[in-house]
Amino acid sequence: MKEVLSGNEAIARGAWEAGVHYAAAYPGTPSTEILETIGSRYKNDIRAQWSPNEKVALETAVGASIAGARALACMKHVGVNVAADPLFTASYTGVGGGLVLVSADDPNLHSSQNEQDNRNYAKFAKIPLVEPADSQEAKDFLKVAFEISERFDTPVLFRTTTRISHSKSVVELGGREERPFPQALERDVQKYTMLPAYARPKHPKIEERIQRLKEYGNTCPLNRVEMGDTSIGIISSGIAYQYAKEALPNASFLKLGLTYPLPEKLIREFASKVDRVVVVEELDPFLEEQIRLLGIAVEHGKDWFPLTGELTPEVVAERLTGSAPERGPVAEGLPVRPPVLCPGCSHRGVFVVLRKLKVYVSGDIGCYTLGALPPFEALHACLCMGGSITMAHGINRVMGEPEDRRNKTVAVIGDSTFFHSGVTGLMDMIWNRGNSVVLIQDNRITAMTGGQVTPGIGRTLTGEEAPVIDIEKLVVALGVKPENVRVISAYDLEEIETVLKEELDKPEPSVVITKDPCVLQYRVKGKPMTVDPEACTACGVCLRTSCIALGMVGEGDERHAEIDPNFCTGCTVCAQVCKFDAIRST
Amino acid sequence: MKTMNLLLSGVGGQGVILASTILSRVALLQGLDIKQSEVHGMSQRGGSVVSHVRIGQKVHSPLVALGGCDILMGFEPLEALRFAHWVRPGGVILYNTDRVNPSTVAAGLAEYPEDVEDRLKGYPADLVRVEAGRLAEEAGNRRAANVVLVGAASRFFDFPESVWLQAVEQSVPAKVVDVNRKAFALGRAAGA
Repeated sequence: MKEVLSGNEAIARGAWEAGVHYAAAYPGTPSTEILETIGSRYKNDIRAQWSPNEKVALETAVGASIAGARALACMKHVGVNVAADPLFTASYTGVGGGLVLVSADDPNLHSSQNEQDNRNYAKFAKIPLVEPADSQEAKDFLKVAFEISERFDTPVLFRTTTRISHSKSVVELGGREERPFPQALERDVQKYTMLPAYARPKHPKIEERIQRLKEYGNTCPLNRVEMGDTSIGIISSGIAYQYAKEALPNASFLKLGLTYPLPEKLIREFASKVDRVVVVEELDPFLEEQIRLLGIAVEHGKDWFPLTGELTPEVVAERLTGSAPERGPVAEGLPVRPPVLCPGCSHRGVFVVLRKLKVYVSGDIGCYTLGALPPFEALHACLCMGGSITMAHGINRVMGEPEDRRNKTVAVIGDSTFFHSGVTGLMDMIWNRGNSVVLIQDNRITAMTGGQVTPGIGRTLTGEEAPVIDIEKLVVALGVKPENVRVISAYDLEEIETVLKEELDKPEPSVVITKDPCVLQYRVKGKPMTVDPEACTACGVCLRTSCIALGMVGEGDERHAEIDPNFCTGCTVCAQVCKFDAIRST
Repeated sequence: MKTMNLLLSGVGGQGVILASTILSRVALLQGLDIKQSEVHGMSQRGGSVVSHVRIGQKVHSPLVALGGCDILMGFEPLEALRFAHWVRPGGVILYNTDRVNPSTVAAGLAEYPEDVEDRLKGYPADLVRVEAGRLAEEAGNRRAANVVLVGAASRFFDFPESVWLQAVEQSVPAKVVDVNRKAFALGRAAGA
């Protein structure tokens, strides 16, 4: 049977077909749909869960593997940074049941804070790297990745990019390889306990493992030679292969699916049969550098293809064919459509107040990072998951107790990000006597990635009831004074301002919490507001709340604000900033 | 058949992805190869969204190459103009005439250009104007404007109408099948 699947849906299907029993992840674009699909379509056969962060997800998968089950962990590229600690040592322990880590990279930063090339992790952690080039391969290669994992006793890094994960193509479906759930737990202390004495002898073993994998790559079904016109031989993998194949369908290709370690013999043979070798790859010269180290002449690689951003079919075609098609001019001067907070968003009022207070806002990863853009410009730093609290504390450590409130710091963080890695930062701030204000915008969901449950809402990925991790109780237990924990409405600007000022003036850590849910994910829609055109002076203050429900209409004296009732949720933030009482509830 | 390259450009929330799904299903029903690509993430928050759909015997790249688009389906005039340079000479620009103001325009930071449709005429492509919102309302729901546009685009394929309708039915919720069938038919008639 054939189906059109995204790369992520195909990975989920591949996990099911491979007889995987356990899958864990933390949501992150472009990886999120893998676990969403497993959690809905395959939940009867695969025990699947969201974990609070990627390190936790990978560690639980290692546990499932030790027990003997095939296990999958999925994350975006920066998530692997979080999970790097268990990854590097799982390379030493090896596996029980097959263990595959999916890293979904995001060249061009469609929804990320950097564009690191995670193929480098395979070399660094000395584990095999598998790269599919479309959805069919995403499914089929994942099954081979589990075989490699078990045969070579190693975790496998399975790397996709946004264009693989989020592109859809036709997939021929297969059945599930039935495997029993593990029954007895075997103990192998020397294999799984990485004391120096047990870990030291592992290092030469993994070096030897890489040599065996290199040999395996020469005949591995993931690598394939497509001989054609021998005047040019293209070595490529992943999405780059598709663009090159599109440009020069008749050229000779060495299409690699196992891209670390590289199959030396296969590459030498291929290079000897073609007049010149061109390496086509996205981001880093990962293949090119290794091929050059073999002493093979690479005529073109990163001198032709950019080091940054996504490759495109036209860039690859122009280089490979030496010609560009005729094109019309780019339409210049068009107004852009930047992403904005949704109408009714529970982050809006907070940023209206933070802008007014002029405090230094240390931000985090989530929809609220949009508070950095005009017209708010009320978020001044954003580094990584959980970094808001710790950066605020670091600033505070060197600034002391500023006279001017504007030099004080507020950390803004969402519920999911707080659970991910904000908790340890808050522990640090309390322990080391910081005095910043931490504003936790608990919107009851992981919103940015499309609405995944968090530890705070009492449900799991598969919809089962679960204990609620209560943020208020948690921060008090960590040591924030109960009187410094303030729960406020995200829509009452006066309250937000009063409470923030009170807490900013205290010489100890405070936590301010809003609990209003994400309007998009919970479909919150109240009665729309309206503008009284007589009372409105067209001053434009309401527009500075950056809401797409609001606009200006009319000319001259007739000019006034207007609210689109289809968009407006009746959140009242614009009415609260209006100095002329021109915006009212209907 | 020769590979058909489509770009669907619009604004988050207009149903660009559903329209892409219908096109993919039609191709699958016709036994053809299909690749479709879009970037999700921040697009539902009012941003521009573009989807690439390629249908043929064997498709490699999921992206339409710049200058290689056969049919541009603009779900909004400005978004049609933003991607007009993607269309090959002799290709088709099919667009919905209903405007959606960008947040920057609503906030008074930018102006919606008045000459969008005139500028579209400057491209060496066939223009097809579709009043998709009005036709969708006529079908019973303004939100079916995306299916009106799919209907308009269907004229440029040699696939039977029954297969298109089957794909529409497979792609929309059961309770709105009738509205969407009507929307498709009105779009198909308008795409002439």
